[in-house]
Amino acid sequence: MATPLKRVRGLGAAHGGTETFWRQRVTAIANIPLVIFLILSIVCHIGASYAEVKAYLAQPIVAVLMLALIISSAIHMRIGLKEIIDDYVHSEGCKIVAIIATTFFAGAVAIASTLSILKIVLGS
Amino acid sequence: MSNELEAGRPLSPHLQIYRPMLTMMMSIAHRISGASLAVGFALLTWWLVAISMGPEAYACVAAFFGSLIGRALLLLFTWALIHHMLGGIRHLIWDTGAGFSRTSIEVLAWATITGSIVLTILVWVVGYGIMGVS
Repeated sequence: MATPLKRVRGLGAAHGGTETFWRQRVTAIANIPLVIFLILSIVCHIGASYAEVKAYLAQPIVAVLMLALIISSAIHMRIGLKEIIDDYVHSEGCKIVAIIATTFFAGAVAIASTLSILKIVLGS
Repeated sequence: MSNELEAGRPLSPHLQIYRPMLTMMMSIAHRISGASLAVGFALLTWWLVAISMGPEAYACVAAFFGSLIGRALLLLFTWALIHHMLGGIRHLIWDTGAGFSRTSIEVLAWATITGSIVLTILVWVVGYGIMGVS
């Protein structure tokens, strides 16, 4: 029996498969203001001292936006790099190794950046 | 007769003889800029980690970004970031179903290239201006 539930869930007969596409779009939309924020943050601190840069990043609003940028970009990057690998790496072994390496890279930069922001905000 | 007909037939497109088109180059540029942003993300991580570590680590990163190679990398990073962002906006417009006419495709492609170059130059001019003032 067909119910309107399938339409509410937004999934077709395959019951899946559009999550990655959707996640890529949502992170892309989030990244537009966040990237503008990053560029402005960097440009405004050219030639700034260590103390000034640290104090800027320690502000709660700045830290929240930075964390949002890091998480959103890491997810977006992982999807994009996997798509490129899927398209151009044809040998199965290389493909799996490359995708795992990509996942590890995205995870590593995301964790390291997040930890740094937390350390800056919470003070050493 | 059959030879004449054969000569008049269109040949199937082949990768090596395919005339490069703007939209096709834009698609490739979107992927290349996206992939190179992975390097940019690593640079951003290095910068954040150094700030969290202390003044000595930060001085090291600042010296690298101030060097010629550092500046060249940052310039490419800025351009890749802006180009990928504008290209992404183009894709989001297409996702709504709009902008698929032959004219709009060309206009959007040119807007992305011109926009990314102009904005990158603007960011750097402002950046150097701030550096000159401080």
